[in-house]
Amino acid sequence: MTDISSAPILTVENLSVEFGQSRVIDDLNFSVMAGRTLAIVGESGSGKSVTSQSIMRLAESTGASYPTGRILFSTEKGEVDLLSLSQQQMRSIRGKDIAMIFQEPMTSLNPVFTIGDQISESLSLHKKVTKAEALEESVRLLKMVRLPDAEDMLKRYPHQLSGGMRQRVMIAMALACRPKILIADEPTTALDVTIQAQILTILHDLQKELDMAVIFITHDMGVVAEIADDVVVMWKGKKVEQGAVKELFANPQHPYTKALLSAVPKLGSMTGEAFPKRFPITVMDGENPRLIGEEKTQDTARYNDGPLLSVRDLVTRFDSKKGFFGGVTHRVHAVEKVSFDIFRGETLALVGESGSGKSTIGRTIQQLQKATSGDISFEGNPFATMSKADKQRLRQEIQYIFQDPLASLDPRKTIGFSIAEPIKTHDLIRGEKNIQKRVHELLERVGLTAEHAKRYPHQFSGGQRQRICIARALASNPKLIIADEALSALDVSIQAQIINLFMELQEEHGIAYLFISHDMAVVEKMSHRVAVLYLGQVAELGSRQQILETPSHPYTQRLLSAVPIADPTIKRDLGRLSGEIPSPVRRVGDEPRILPHKEIAPGHFVADAS
Amino acid sequence: MANFLMKRFLQAVFVLLAVTLIVAFAIRLTGDPALMLTQGAGSVTEADLMMIREALGINKPFFVQYFDFLKGLFSFDFGRSFMGGTPVADLISKSLPATLILAASVMFISIVISIPLGIKAAISKGKWPDQLIRIVSLIGLSFPNFWLAIMLVLIFSIWLQWLPPSGMDGFASFLMPAFTMAIILTATNVRLVRSSMLETLQAQYIMVARAKGLSENKVLYKHALRNCAIPLITYFGLQFGGLLGGIVIIERVFNWPGLGTLAFDAVSGRDYPVLQAVITILSMLIVSVNLLVDIAYGLIDPRIRTE
Repeated sequence: MTDISSAPILTVENLSVEFGQSRVIDDLNFSVMAGRTLAIVGESGSGKSVTSQSIMRLAESTGASYPTGRILFSTEKGEVDLLSLSQQQMRSIRGKDIAMIFQEPMTSLNPVFTIGDQISESLSLHKKVTKAEALEESVRLLKMVRLPDAEDMLKRYPHQLSGGMRQRVMIAMALACRPKILIADEPTTALDVTIQAQILTILHDLQKELDMAVIFITHDMGVVAEIADDVVVMWKGKKVEQGAVKELFANPQHPYTKALLSAVPKLGSMTGEAFPKRFPITVMDGENPRLIGEEKTQDTARYNDGPLLSVRDLVTRFDSKKGFFGGVTHRVHAVEKVSFDIFRGETLALVGESGSGKSTIGRTIQQLQKATSGDISFEGNPFATMSKADKQRLRQEIQYIFQDPLASLDPRKTIGFSIAEPIKTHDLIRGEKNIQKRVHELLERVGLTAEHAKRYPHQFSGGQRQRICIARALASNPKLIIADEALSALDVSIQAQIINLFMELQEEHGIAYLFISHDMAVVEKMSHRVAVLYLGQVAELGSRQQILETPSHPYTQRLLSAVPIADPTIKRDLGRLSGEIPSPVRRVGDEPRILPHKEIAPGHFVADAS
Repeated sequence: MANFLMKRFLQAVFVLLAVTLIVAFAIRLTGDPALMLTQGAGSVTEADLMMIREALGINKPFFVQYFDFLKGLFSFDFGRSFMGGTPVADLISKSLPATLILAASVMFISIVISIPLGIKAAISKGKWPDQLIRIVSLIGLSFPNFWLAIMLVLIFSIWLQWLPPSGMDGFASFLMPAFTMAIILTATNVRLVRSSMLETLQAQYIMVARAKGLSENKVLYKHALRNCAIPLITYFGLQFGGLLGGIVIIERVFNWPGLGTLAFDAVSGRDYPVLQAVITILSMLIVSVNLLVDIAYGLIDPRIRTE
């Protein structure tokens, strides 16, 4: 613990922020102590990002105004109210005393300038050093964020770096002038978990080294538990609770904080359970919490019936680079000899990081992508020998739910139309009245109302839209639903409700799920069996308990150890996580080695690299 | 990058071959120049026509004529005009500079005006400067160029008598043809610059640049402009082709002694060699401008250069 008596370096007092007539932040108060990390947590629309942009006075460029409040920043010369400064005065503080890193490392760096130019720019601006001195300092900064070949890195462009490397460059850039406060706005949200763990470690170490205050904006309670000293919980533009991290997790006061914490999936919370299980969850009904759902074991998989879907030696490759005469020189080896079965009523999770091939497998099964080789059979019939009509029928029996529900609904059609479309296409129900009735039933089943049928996608929230996509998938009475990161874009409280909905539907209709996800905690709650993918191959496949309780492949262990756990009393050792995720792009002729699998326990297969 | 440019260069050669072949073929569908030349000449026998055709070289098979043309191309020899027998190369070298200077200044005027106006509109989106710029550009877009040309002549030559109505004689004569085309092109370009800039300003790296404490001018002219220029360069390259097409009409209106006027006369007289040469030169110009665009593209965008 840092010295409590030290004065706050930044104090936000009665801050309100408005965009036009709408007030997005109302009467916000908190303070940040030097050398400590304050996490501001909240779900979408809570105002957490606007808060960070208001401190930087960047929110004005998107039209914000500040009807009330002060943001007091302590300097050597005493306190200044950042809201009273002109933009010009603010520019000498921005990047020098208060710096910021952003969520999207892929778009945070300017694509047309070198890394060296972009880091040295801050130095030349605030420190009045020569170009050569700035570049020398840039090398030191790049070494500080543990980037290899720092000298060489200066001459490279952003597109030549991976997401994790770019985020490290971004951190180096933000820390260039040794700021007193670093604001990190969801800095690891777009990254894979193993990379996230590395970035969090770097941030944590540098904070100590430079004795900075950090304001960490996030929606992820796991990340909060990992790095925060103090927490501010925001909900609908207001602060609902503030406290030291351990106290807040152990003893939440506000109903919203309680609801939020109860919704967060905690990896390891299901240890000892043979089956996935659904739990009642607390939802906010206006200002009041309400408990919904029941506790129920999900014993729905029917392993005696023979597999619903069988995938054997599936290979999917894409051409990625062509030579001068149009010959292919490089290929993406997205999926390499993958085999698995899915049974009726079963949830099989495909987990892995970027480039593991998990989404390609889903798309190949849904016939959105052609397989290079291998066999897929549905109810014992191989795709290869199916007639066109049979393949069309598969599009009814297998449904796909995408990550982004807004992008997968036609913006110009009512949702009633979108849900009725598969019914009409596959001629499942005749007569407009009967179809309407079915659409209304489906909407009610997923927790919406019949009146919603006449509305358009933009009139719904993200969680409601994903419910609509589920209703559309259900409309064709599928036997298998492929859910491709279907929960990733949703807030945790919504996510918990959708997980329960998925499980209820499985119990009612015996639907099987191919659940594609990068989130191990969600996978633990939902799935009967888990396949861990690494560079297009199955690293490990087994029951939920086998994979999560006795992980045997080093990659599975690495993946599990990287997941932040929403419990601040557990301190993890992240020392062994280093290195990049290798690329699945290979030169033609450079075939990857196909690893054989060993069955180390009944149904538990592990790739053998020896 | 070298690979990329080599590919583009080979593509350019192929385009030129295809264009010249199509043009050579199409011109010959328009009618017999021998008949044209002998119109109103009283009694003309088939033997007379044969003699004329032989003299003009159009009795040879099509591909022989085409290969002769290609051979001539390398030594800038396009044969002689059917009307008057002047070497086509002489006609071209007289008209080409007139057209080039007109086209280049139109592009220059348009870019110089549209970039600052487009940026101004983008950064004041929804406020009065943006509204004003958009309304004015809409008015500019609504003029047909020949009508605008006539109006300018009416105002500046006939009423005010400030500028000569036609011909190429010094700087004054050059203003009206150049601005007629530049006004319309600028109206389009202001909108292109505005929308490209608006998109660029949405990018996260602009917020990052502001968060560094850079001045708004640095953010706009260093970080945003180069990114915003990437799609614009392609548009400008494509526009150049359209511009050369428009020049044919404007040159007629202002009696500007360029390739357009030359082509117009050649069409009415079925003067194959002249027409073929003009079109070849024009397509070479368009192809080389687009090649330059590709080079510029590589210079601005490292994602292409370092591929």
